[in-house]
Amino acid sequence: MLNLLVSVKQVPDTTNIRINLETGTLIREGVPAIINPYDVSALALACRLKRTYGGRITVITMGPPQARLALKEAVEYFADRIILLTDRKFAGADTLATSYTLAQAIKYLEKMDKPFDLFLFGKQAIDGDTAQVGPGVAARLNIPVVTYTIKIEDLDLEKRRIIVHRKTEKGIEILSARLPVLLTCEKEAGHPILSPFSTILEAQKTEPEVFSADGPIPYEPQHLGLKGSPTRVHRVYTPELKKQGKILYLEEVGVENAVEEIVKILKEKGVL
Amino acid sequence: MRGESTKEVWVYIEQEDKVIHPVSFELLGRARILAEDLEGKVAGVLLGYEVLDLTSEVFAYGADKVYLVSHKALSYYRHRAYAKALSEVAKQYKPEILLLPATPHGRDLAGGVATLLETGLTADVTELSIDKTTKKLLMTRPAYGGNIMATIICPEHLPQMATVRPRIFPIPEKVEGKIGEIIEVKVELSEEEIGVERIGFIPKEKTVKIDLAEVIVAGGKGIGGKEGFSKLFELAKLLNGEVGASRLAVEAGWISYEHQVGQTGKTVRPKVYLAVGISGAIQHRAGMQNSDCIISINIDPKADIFKISDLGIVGDWKKVIPALIERIKKEKGVG
Repeated sequence: MLNLLVSVKQVPDTTNIRINLETGTLIREGVPAIINPYDVSALALACRLKRTYGGRITVITMGPPQARLALKEAVEYFADRIILLTDRKFAGADTLATSYTLAQAIKYLEKMDKPFDLFLFGKQAIDGDTAQVGPGVAARLNIPVVTYTIKIEDLDLEKRRIIVHRKTEKGIEILSARLPVLLTCEKEAGHPILSPFSTILEAQKTEPEVFSADGPIPYEPQHLGLKGSPTRVHRVYTPELKKQGKILYLEEVGVENAVEEIVKILKEKGVL
Repeated sequence: MRGESTKEVWVYIEQEDKVIHPVSFELLGRARILAEDLEGKVAGVLLGYEVLDLTSEVFAYGADKVYLVSHKALSYYRHRAYAKALSEVAKQYKPEILLLPATPHGRDLAGGVATLLETGLTADVTELSIDKTTKKLLMTRPAYGGNIMATIICPEHLPQMATVRPRIFPIPEKVEGKIGEIIEVKVELSEEEIGVERIGFIPKEKTVKIDLAEVIVAGGKGIGGKEGFSKLFELAKLLNGEVGASRLAVEAGWISYEHQVGQTGKTVRPKVYLAVGISGAIQHRAGMQNSDCIISINIDPKADIFKISDLGIVGDWKKVIPALIERIKKEKGVG
């Protein structure tokens, strides 16, 4: 039996994002909140592992109260237990404070129940793109981490080892790791599934267990939220645009002239 | 970490198979400018096994010192071994600033190291400078998919850490024969503790060197499919260039991720960037707006890409690109 933990983040769908250009802030109104797509891969991978090896999936998230919706969706991936860490004191956390908040909760869950064999995270969240929280949590749990995971080739629960494929700049690394290990997942690691209707119904009825900063998870307030975050936003601004050059309308100048203009530039730049 | 530092600006020297990734040199160049503002020194941190020979290159690109950890367990990159080695060196010698490349290798390492050092880390930085009054590092990065730029500081913790995008800063001039101080640091590492072992490797069939290309022919949603991209490949080949793509084209499955330019893809600065059927969403622009010259072809006169183009052609690329291919073939006397 495999004891799995999946960590997810609810994010604004950045493909639909709009910015108030005067204030440089995000217009949240009307922007749909989704589960970070890489975390969906982690959920799908967990779901497949549960089917193959049997076991139990715990899904955790830190976020505002409405992040419960992301957890409810996780139930569609056959999550057995869903956990929401929410408190004003968690707000404004950078990646150091976030990894602390998650790691303390994970240690508490392990103490109250039993240790996890495998931790699955997305490779990064699409709103921050930092890719720091997974390795940060692994460092705090003092366990190995494999980032950019694309596939689990084999899992041997008796020998407590796992064989993982990892994407690098030069190719695919095949790694043998001991359990417990934390994997951060690429899109290829797992594909979204179509859940049976009964599971979707169950997801609608299931509510997460909610934990705050005030216990029973032992949090030290100076490590939480903004207070526990070494980094600060100093300034935000909208990037300057480069000046616009010449515009030609194909209908007016014709293909031949347009091509000559391009060739002229290619020659000027010494690439032709 | 809190407390006093040495005013040293450190650059993590990324090496694999005893070859230094050129982004390390870009960072050494930038570190020099930061160190001058701080009146401090530039140091490279080199981890590996039997890599002493590489130190001469690190000095040649501007380091005053090299911190070297040599251990068999570091013979190839593994997160735990490298994270422990780098964080122990930093704990012992207390840099003011620690810069790493925002490559998969550097990003993997940085998250663990910052946690072990209990300090802040800013990812994917595209601008670095020293605040004149506070003498703190100003780290600027695109946020919310490049829609805004955010300048981040790490006022009370050390080192101030950032991963920095490749191809943002130029490689400094190489000074052959320049030498400096090598400080060898011993770190205890055991296989048991590292917990991960490489048992195989499947090399990529062909590495797409898009970030080093002088000409990039890039396609977006307007290309419409794989067949369209084959035209762009033909053109890129004639110009000794590479093919780039927007996120939409990659997500549609028309071309592989290695070709993606933009916030979540590669940052490029070729001599000529030819954007075909790309609307120019800010996420894409973030990865290519520093190109020397941008030429764009788009059917929509309102496309944002035109705002940053040196030459914009409003019209159907299916008419322009084949004619351009024929014209270049004629020029080169082929086909």
